[in-house]
Amino acid sequence: MPGLGATLGRGAATTYQQDLANADCLLVMGSNMAEAHPVGFRWPLKAKENGATLIHVDPRFSRTSALCDVFVPIRAGTDIAFLGGLIRHVIEHDKWFREFVLAYTNAAVIVDEGFRDTEELGGLFSGFDPTDRTYDPQAGHWNYAGANGKTQHKDEGNPGTHGYGHMGGGEQHPQPQKDPTLRHPNCVFQILKRHFARYTPEAVAGVCGCSPEQVVRVAELLAANSGRERTSTIVYAVGWTHHTTGVQIIRAAGILQLLLGNMGRPGGGIMAMRGHSSIQGSTDVATLYDLLPGYLPQPTTDDAHSTLRGYLDKETLSTGYWANMPAFVVSLLKAWYGAAATPENEFGFGWIPRVDGDHSHLVTTDRMARGEMTGYFVFGQNPAGGGMNAGMQRAGLRALDWLVVADWFETETATFWKNDPTGPPPRDVKTEVFFIPAAGSPEKEGTLVNTQRLLQWHNQALDPPGDCRSDAWFVYQLGRRLKELYADSADPRDWPIQALTWDYDRRHPHTLPDRTASRIHDEPDTLRILQEMNGRTADGRLLQTFGELKDDGSTACGCWIYSGVTPEPGRNRANERDRTPGNPVEPNWGFAWPLNRRVMYNRASADPDGKPWSERKKLIWWDEAEQRWTGPDVPDFEPTKPPTYRPPAGATGMAAIAGDTPFIMKTDGLGWLYAAKGVKDGPLPAHYEPIESPVGNSLHPRQPDNPTVRTFPGPLNPLAAAPTADFPVVATTFRLTEHYLSGPMSRFNSWLNELMPEMFVECGPELAAEVGFANGDWVTVRTPRAGIVCRALVTSRIKPLRVDGRAVHQVGLPFHWAFAGETVGGNANDLTSIVADVNVSMHEAKVFAVRVEKGPAGGPGLLPTKRPVAWPTREPTPGTPPAAQPEGGYAHGG
Amino acid sequence: MAAEFDVTARGSPAADPPPGILGKVMRHLLHPFRRGTPPQPQPATGFYTDTSVCIGCKACEVACKQWNQLPADGFAFTGNSYDNTGALSAESWRHVKFVEQFDVLRSLRERVPGNGGGTSEPLAERAEHSPADGRLSLDVIPPPADRWLMMSDVCKHCAAAPCQHACPTGAIVYNEFGNVYIQPDICNGCAYCIAACPFGVITRSHFDGHAHKCTLCYDRQKDGLVPACAKACPTASIQFGPVAELRERAAKRVDELKQRGHAAAHLYGNQRTEAYSELHSFYLLLDRPAVYGLPDDPVNPWVHMRGDYLRTVAFGLAGLLLTLAVFLLAGRPA
Repeated sequence: MPGLGATLGRGAATTYQQDLANADCLLVMGSNMAEAHPVGFRWPLKAKENGATLIHVDPRFSRTSALCDVFVPIRAGTDIAFLGGLIRHVIEHDKWFREFVLAYTNAAVIVDEGFRDTEELGGLFSGFDPTDRTYDPQAGHWNYAGANGKTQHKDEGNPGTHGYGHMGGGEQHPQPQKDPTLRHPNCVFQILKRHFARYTPEAVAGVCGCSPEQVVRVAELLAANSGRERTSTIVYAVGWTHHTTGVQIIRAAGILQLLLGNMGRPGGGIMAMRGHSSIQGSTDVATLYDLLPGYLPQPTTDDAHSTLRGYLDKETLSTGYWANMPAFVVSLLKAWYGAAATPENEFGFGWIPRVDGDHSHLVTTDRMARGEMTGYFVFGQNPAGGGMNAGMQRAGLRALDWLVVADWFETETATFWKNDPTGPPPRDVKTEVFFIPAAGSPEKEGTLVNTQRLLQWHNQALDPPGDCRSDAWFVYQLGRRLKELYADSADPRDWPIQALTWDYDRRHPHTLPDRTASRIHDEPDTLRILQEMNGRTADGRLLQTFGELKDDGSTACGCWIYSGVTPEPGRNRANERDRTPGNPVEPNWGFAWPLNRRVMYNRASADPDGKPWSERKKLIWWDEAEQRWTGPDVPDFEPTKPPTYRPPAGATGMAAIAGDTPFIMKTDGLGWLYAAKGVKDGPLPAHYEPIESPVGNSLHPRQPDNPTVRTFPGPLNPLAAAPTADFPVVATTFRLTEHYLSGPMSRFNSWLNELMPEMFVECGPELAAEVGFANGDWVTVRTPRAGIVCRALVTSRIKPLRVDGRAVHQVGLPFHWAFAGETVGGNANDLTSIVADVNVSMHEAKVFAVRVEKGPAGGPGLLPTKRPVAWPTREPTPGTPPAAQPEGGYAHGG
Repeated sequence: MAAEFDVTARGSPAADPPPGILGKVMRHLLHPFRRGTPPQPQPATGFYTDTSVCIGCKACEVACKQWNQLPADGFAFTGNSYDNTGALSAESWRHVKFVEQFDVLRSLRERVPGNGGGTSEPLAERAEHSPADGRLSLDVIPPPADRWLMMSDVCKHCAAAPCQHACPTGAIVYNEFGNVYIQPDICNGCAYCIAACPFGVITRSHFDGHAHKCTLCYDRQKDGLVPACAKACPTASIQFGPVAELRERAAKRVDELKQRGHAAAHLYGNQRTEAYSELHSFYLLLDRPAVYGLPDDPVNPWVHMRGDYLRTVAFGLAGLLLTLAVFLLAGRPA
């Protein structure tokens, strides 16, 4: 999430869902919150009841739009244009929050005069190297004027090697030249103003397909509901991230919220709604290939990274909270390698694998399809159904030697070798597939980290049936066997496995809530894993906060941001559910990283002097008598640093952060309207068309799409890159409440299947009339990759948009169906392509070009792979008389 | 488990018979004649369904099916918006309806270039509404012209339920919470209740031939738990509680919505009419009931039947009188 990281300092939602109720205006964009996050949507509705205005900007009129006060239809993939229109309106009409912007953002900072904007270079920023399609920020003079900090080198901008983007962003001069009058032609504010001058309501409307009035109206509503007394929140989800411009869309939202002064304040901020259960947790503990737990950069094959010292020297930022990175890294190594990690062997730093290129999921899929991979473990994922260009994913699986799938049901990934309608007969598939039955969430214990960084422990309710085991069991037992296998090896490359601490055995009997003993004895103790992440001192005491971490090897901590979740033996704050009457923040319900702060950057809820901006919107303020920051939330600031504190010259670490700069993860404590570092495709967001678009880029005609996008050409992944009459319709994918992702958890349940039984394409009556089909007919939706057969759901909710002077049709495709399960159907992800943005290797599932055709009659002729069960749980409740059996069950009444 | 609402007094089962062989014999001989104490009547409970906050998630449908172990009744794509349930039935006791109200003519106008269109009103008009400080207040935002209405339908638990009147076996009763409850083991499947219900709530199960419908989670209420659907509803569109309390809450909400420009917001079934009793499961609607597939003016079949009975008796009597008169007159000697 470098979009938020580069702007604000941390790549995570800045607020919590309950806080949405405090907003005076909510802009939901790139999110279908009512359908994809229905439980959280109660808070926007609470806000609405309190008088807030709800705005939904989306390609489709969805169930979210139905509940909003204002709906603006836009063409999929034009979010930056729309947000740019809002930013321009706010700047041009002087609606920005002057005191906030001057004090808390880098608006006044003067940028190197060598920098050239898209306005001057026809849609490109300076520093673009057309040979390898990357930016060199140094050659492009993206830096602040006279910057003497570490500059971002070109190799950091290369695909496959991380930037600092995921958290914090790069080094920046802590005390740069500023012009508080904001009149200097090269100050950030003026650059911003010139950059977005092109995004007039008319121009934006021409790109997005809405009306100019709608752009103005949304801008006016947001501006009217921001300032000292009021705040607005922006809610987004994967409708923003699944683009080749996703990082920059989120940057644009960050710029808008900083200009309006909606950061760190109640009812403000940017609420990133994550796409899966605990996906926040999976990035926190680094399932991403280029990160270590707690958003520490994974070492690369770079020479400087060959030693711990070299790595720390290069990566540690001298000012801001990231100055403590050596303590985080050394403590992580101590947690992993225990006694084997000593100062002499650099705490085992040499044992960590180095990143030598892009090993993200999509790139790996591409390599797999080329036959370059041998094996694949798949847990809780369904690439053969839900992966981008799923046909290519399946081709990749067929090229493997072995595949391990751990899941509840035989998903597409587990049955691709026999049930794939587009694949060869099973005898021609060489892959050996191992299906491991997995336990469901009530059958295991552990934490889920939700979209608002909240760690919530869940207890095991019952034992899993048969041979089903938790994923943790599988990984733990696999690790134990590997350690046994390599125990006697003298080969140095096996040292990391030998040195790894791997003891999560249960020390107490494993009991269930009904106090009976569990049938399974070798499940690992997940609380011990959490405690390892929380961290300990050398003498075994649990850490209270990551402030205690040291870089001398005297502390061990598996994920520094989680520190404090188990502050003492017998206490697990993730498992606490205590209400705090009178405190709307409810600090004792679960544990939010970092240090249980619910609203990040909440120092910004007070003015530079430490007084709340207004009584109505106060959260954290400076208590003069107590000489500390106080309020209902945990201050996201040094608790006793007064607002008047000014760093002495040459200060490092937190000492370099002034008392009136709230973004403590940034080297200068400021929110970055202009991001010289941390984003690889430009310091400011610019509108580029999606890779597959039926229209050109009317804002930057010479540069249709994002110049840094990577494509993976090949027969399995053809693109309709230039606007073409063959694929004239804009398609987007979406989620229904009734199903979950590609369906592994929902398409095996009859109660859910009956609610949404078949794959369909949502389209407007105009398109239906043009092609000649009616509601409920079978149609074929085609891209250069594949064609899928599905039902037509013709609805006036979808309207053609006027773009570029002509009507452009849009269709929506739910991505819940494929060929395994009780209900089967066309797979929207067979249609999507594999492309990758330069920052996070993100694909573009949310917009691509299609053609819709009539027929074939009779549909796809797919057969379910599982027989429907009318009563998903048919057994009568044991020990219960017939009269007390469930009312609708066959056992009732006898 | 902590009670979610207050159940003040409960009925008790019959006292346990004495133990031992004698007890067993006694139990078998006397069991059919034993009676427990009937449950104490409780304040009437019901549902208040606020359709203005329904997000159409169907959590109520799934929660109902799961708690009551109702079977899935087929995978049929209807093409009718997002409604694939179709209707209330013996297998579906909750049914979320979707009503798409989109002005097709207006949408054609919108596509004429240069026209503002959409849900936005012309800027000049909006400026007139703007208060002096230049800030837009909520009241200038008209309810969106394009609407997608959603509503979770359920048994209305009528205060005077025609199905209960029609049931010849006594299978349909009022329980202590004032809810209409079908005892499936007494139901003989005659289907009179199906014809009697003006809302089309009840059908006969394909599986056992009995009539089934929402029990208002009688089994949960007895244990102080709120019904499964109300518990699962994420936005409090379905609210459960004593009916008197719900009516108060609902009236307040209607006032609020009216102030915000939802002129058509009204309560459905919160008061008795000449033709129908009040409903213990009532609704806040944003449009005419017929838009949601509800009868605008439900009529208790009994209302017609009263007249029919009277007329039958009156005609019968008249006929009798006529016959008598004819005979008397005809019998008179000339």
